[in-house]
Amino acid sequence: MTTLLEVSGVSVTFDGFRAINNLSIAIGEPELRAVIGPNGAGKTTFMDIVTGKTRPDEGRVIWGERSVDLLKLSESDIAKIGIGRKFQKPTVFEEQTVRDNLAMALKNRRGPLSVLTWKATTRDKARILELAEEIGLADRLERRAGDLSHGQKQWLEIGMLLAQDPRLLLVDEPAAGMTPSEREHTTDLLKRAAKTRAVMVIEHDMEFIRRLGCRVTVLHEGAVLAEGSLDHVTKNQQVIDVYLGR
Amino acid sequence: MDIPRKTAARPRRRTLFQDNPSVLWFMGLLGLFTLGVTILSEGFGLGLISTNLVKILGMTLCLCLIAIAMDVVWGYCGILSLGHFAFFGLGGYMIGMWLMYARTEIVIRGSLGRGTIPPTELEVSEAVAAQIFGVVGSSELPAIWMFAHSLPAQLALVVLVPGLLALIFGWLAFRSRVTGVYLSILTQAMTLALSLYLFQNDTGLRGNNGLSGLQNIPGALDVPQSIISMWFFWASAFMLGAGYLLFAWVVSGKFGSVIRAIRDNEARVRFLGYNVEGYKLFIFTLTAVISGIAGALYYPQAGIINPAEIAPIASIYLAVWVAIGGRGRLYGAVIGAASVSLLSSWLTGGGAPNIDLGFYRIVWTDWWLVLLGLGFVLVTLFFPKGIGGLFDYLVRKQP
Repeated sequence: MTTLLEVSGVSVTFDGFRAINNLSIAIGEPELRAVIGPNGAGKTTFMDIVTGKTRPDEGRVIWGERSVDLLKLSESDIAKIGIGRKFQKPTVFEEQTVRDNLAMALKNRRGPLSVLTWKATTRDKARILELAEEIGLADRLERRAGDLSHGQKQWLEIGMLLAQDPRLLLVDEPAAGMTPSEREHTTDLLKRAAKTRAVMVIEHDMEFIRRLGCRVTVLHEGAVLAEGSLDHVTKNQQVIDVYLGR
Repeated sequence: MDIPRKTAARPRRRTLFQDNPSVLWFMGLLGLFTLGVTILSEGFGLGLISTNLVKILGMTLCLCLIAIAMDVVWGYCGILSLGHFAFFGLGGYMIGMWLMYARTEIVIRGSLGRGTIPPTELEVSEAVAAQIFGVVGSSELPAIWMFAHSLPAQLALVVLVPGLLALIFGWLAFRSRVTGVYLSILTQAMTLALSLYLFQNDTGLRGNNGLSGLQNIPGALDVPQSIISMWFFWASAFMLGAGYLLFAWVVSGKFGSVIRAIRDNEARVRFLGYNVEGYKLFIFTLTAVISGIAGALYYPQAGIINPAEIAPIASIYLAVWVAIGGRGRLYGAVIGAASVSLLSSWLTGGGAPNIDLGFYRIVWTDWWLVLLGLGFVLVTLFFPKGIGGLFDYLVRKQP
C-alpha cells in the first residue's frame, strides 16, 4: 500500500471560525477509511479542500507518485486527475435519464469538442449496463433520475462515481436515508471498490462503520483526535468524551 | 477469413431525426410556409401577400433564429443573457456598412463619370466619405470602414465581430465565476454601453442616424423590392432551418446532457471533471455568432439600423419571447418569437382596430406593452413551460 493522498498542516478559517486546524491525514491505495466526528468537526470541509472547492489558508495537499500539488488545480482538473466525490445530499441530474447521468460520468474525454462529437461505443454501452447492474438500476436506465427513490439516487451517484473510475473516492454519508437492506448493499459496494482504490467514507452511523471493518479517523474541531481500528478509537477516552459519550 | 460477421441484431443507429421528431416536423412546416409565401407573394406568385408583409415575415424568421439561439444559451445552458441583441445589431451594422458603401460608390461613380476626366480612386473614396458622413459633419472615412468596400470582408466581420466580443466578454465573466442575476446585469451593461457608444457621432457609424437605405442591394439596384424581399425571405428561412438543425444537434446527445447539467447544478458538473467555464464560453460565443448572422439578414429587410435597436430593452424582449414560447425546447422559442413579434407589429403598426368603450378609448399602441406584460405574468403563473409546453399534452410520451 502506497500513500496516494497526503494532507499536511492544513488550516482554514471562515469569518474567524477555524473550521480546519492544522489537519494532517493520509490515505493509501488501496485502502478503505472511515472518517467520523461530531457535527462541525470539519469532515465536509476536509472534502471541500481535497476536491478544490475550498482553498486552505495554509498547508499542503499532495497527490500521487508524482507529488502533484492539488491546491494549484481547479475542481475539474482535480476530478480528472482521479478524485471522485459523492455529496451528502444526493446530487444527480434529476431532469435527465439514469443512462445520461452515467454517460456523463463515464471516463471519457471532457473537452467541449470531443463531447460534441461523442458517440457511445459498444464498450461505453457495456460499461453503463455493467454499472447499472452493480447499483441495481439496470431496469431503470431510461427513467428520469428525479423519479428514483432517495436510496436509488444515492446509488446512482455512487454509480456515477464508479463510472469516473477514480483512484480516490470521497463518499459523504452514503447510507443516509437508506433502508437496512440498502445499507448492506452499499457497504458491499464500497468494500468491493476499496479492493482496487482508495475509498474514504464519512459516516455517523456506527453500525455502518462496524460493517465496513476498516481503519477509522476521528476528527474533532478540525484536527485528528484519534486514528486506528474501530475498537481502538471507541475505547479512547477523548473520543468518548467529545463524540460517543453524549 | 476470420473476421467476425455480425449476424445478430445489431443495435440500430438512431439518427437526430429519430430521436427528435420535432426537428422533422419543424423542417416540414418551415418548408411549407416558405413555399406558401412564395406562391402568394407579389414578386413570384399570386400577389396576395404584399411586399411589405413579405419583409415583415422574413424579419420574423430572423427573430426566430435569434430566439432559438437565446433558448440554447438560456433555456438549455442556464445563462440568462440579456445582451444577445447587441450581437444581432453588430451583425446588422457589419453588413450595413458594405450595403451603404457599395451603393454610394456606385452612385458617386455614376455622377463623377459624367465629367471629361475620369475620377481617381482617391476622389471617389473622398466623395463617398463626404456623402455618407456629411450627416454627422465629417467627410473622412473612419478606420473601421477600411473593409467596407469588400463584401467578403464584411461578411466575415458579421461572424467575427459578435463572435470576438462574446468570446472576450464571456471569458472575463465566466472565468470570474459570475453567474445568475449578476451575469444578466453584466450583459445588460454590455449592450447599454455598446448602444451609448454607437450613439456618439465620432464612433464612425453615423451616430444616432445609423445606417440607412439598406434595402437597396448594390449590383441589384434596378431589381424591384418585390423580388429582393423574396431573396431575403428565402435566405432567412434557409438560415433559420440551418440554425435549427445546428442547435438541435448541439443540444442532443452528450453535449446537450452536459449543458443541461450545468444549468441545473454547475458545481456538480465541475466535480465530474468538466470544465464548466469552457462549455459556457463555447455556447455563449456560438449563439452570439448565430445572433450576428440573424441580424445581418434582418436589417437589409428593415432598411435601417440605428443604435436604438440594441438598447437593453430589445434583449429583454428576447427573453420574454423565449419564456412565453417555452424554454428548453427549440420550437417553443420559435413559437414565442413569431407570435409575440407578429402580434406586436399588428397591434402597434395600426393594423388592429382601437376599441372605443365610450368612457375610454383603448389605443393599442399604448396598451400593447400592458398586454405583453400581462401575458408574460399569466404564462409564467399558469404555463411555466410556455406555449410550447402545451405540446406535451398532445404528444403522450411512451413509457
